[in-house]
Amino acid sequence: MNRLTYPFCATLLGLCLWQALVWGTDAPHFILPAPWRVAKAAFESRALIAEHAVVTGTEVILGLIIGASLGAITAIQLAAFPRLARLTLPLLVFTQAVPVFALAPILTLWFGYGIGSKIVMAVLIIYFPVTSAFYDGLSRVTPGLLDLAKTMGASKTQVMLRIKIPSALPSLASGLKLAAVYAPIGAVIGEWVGASRGLGYLMLLANGRAKIDLMFATLIVLALLTLLFHKVVSMLANRLTDASVTG
Amino acid sequence: MIHAPTITLKGRYDVDGHRLFGPIDMSISAGEWTCLLGRSGVGKSTILRLILGLETAGDFIGKIVSDDGYPIAKRASYMAQSDLLLPWLNLRENVVVGARLRGAEPDFDQANALIDRVGLSDHIKKKPGALSGGMRQRAALARTLMENRPIVLLDEPFSALDAGTRADMQDLAAELLVGKTVLLVTHDPAEACRLGHQITLLSEDGANAWDLPDTMPIRQPDDPEMLRSQASLLAHLRAGL
Repeated sequence: MNRLTYPFCATLLGLCLWQALVWGTDAPHFILPAPWRVAKAAFESRALIAEHAVVTGTEVILGLIIGASLGAITAIQLAAFPRLARLTLPLLVFTQAVPVFALAPILTLWFGYGIGSKIVMAVLIIYFPVTSAFYDGLSRVTPGLLDLAKTMGASKTQVMLRIKIPSALPSLASGLKLAAVYAPIGAVIGEWVGASRGLGYLMLLANGRAKIDLMFATLIVLALLTLLFHKVVSMLANRLTDASVTG
Repeated sequence: MIHAPTITLKGRYDVDGHRLFGPIDMSISAGEWTCLLGRSGVGKSTILRLILGLETAGDFIGKIVSDDGYPIAKRASYMAQSDLLLPWLNLRENVVVGARLRGAEPDFDQANALIDRVGLSDHIKKKPGALSGGMRQRAALARTLMENRPIVLLDEPFSALDAGTRADMQDLAAELLVGKTVLLVTHDPAEACRLGHQITLLSEDGANAWDLPDTMPIRQPDDPEMLRSQASLLAHLRAGL
């Protein structure tokens, strides 16, 4: 069987269930549109959806790059300075207890209605998973390797660069895979709170005008976009892991 | 050849106020192999870590000195049961990892020569994952030799190898580490009797020497005197030291 068979069957099954639900509940199309109506709306509004998808895509990509870089740098600093880690880790965990959703209005106030506030949202939402996964990896290097390095008179910087970071790359990779799924959530929340462009904005707009078929179409595009990000980031992340395990 | 010193340990070792071993008075002779045996958990590896200046769980109350008075840890290299090769580096990069970790330029000519001596010339570009357990341990030996230090501390380096490979590695190590002050921690009476100039038995109460045949190591595996010594050492260990 082709490796695409299962995903294809799963999609078909989902569409069938959806259509069955429409028939079974006899819901009007402005409450629950049938799959073909959504497909039609997606096709007719393809230019509109594409335009907004580019905005959300840009926010997510920039958010991923900035968030992943900040997370990686933080993790390395925490691993290099254990006292700093003891001081700031509880603080980092505390900031995670504040729901990012609740911060969205204030971020919009600070960074404006443009893509800036959405990038910050995406950065905030992925910063912790990346930092925590990578830091975990950096702290869990085989103790024997560190002993060996010490007997060889290794410098701290070289141990970090040549032993700790390469050993922790698989952990960083799993953090990045999570980040790829979280980043669009951050961007869309930002768009809901205040924006004039982006898929989140388009969803609200379509909802407000009772164009539920367009809203569904946008939602599906958003989901596909997230899947695409996850796929691309997973491929890059697996390369990192391969480099670490086999070179 | 850099001068290989004699190392003396005098003192006791406590963990959380409880005595693990000692007081001991143990000496590791210059340019010779000293094999350290004792039951698991008695602190053999701890002794090795103390000499290397690595962290241990407890406190050593006493002193570890060399006969020439110079510091020991910086003149010692270390080889463990696990090869500790970095999986993302090829064999030659693993052999020169010490220089890299010190931020120095590696001497590849010397590395090539050592890799040749341990018989791995054909595998120089291979990653550890592509090498057998015996080959990886030979690579670790080359890395140890690359450090070119007069004191070599070995923590059960051959114990995970199959019998044939282990015997080969013992021959190779004895040949390549000649003239260095070697401390070998081992569980294997046969290995200790083959390789040791001295054998020290570590117990809670102290470190005692075990008499070896007058012949010089490395002893042949079928040497009758060695076999007798090995058998009585095994009986002694089974009786609980």
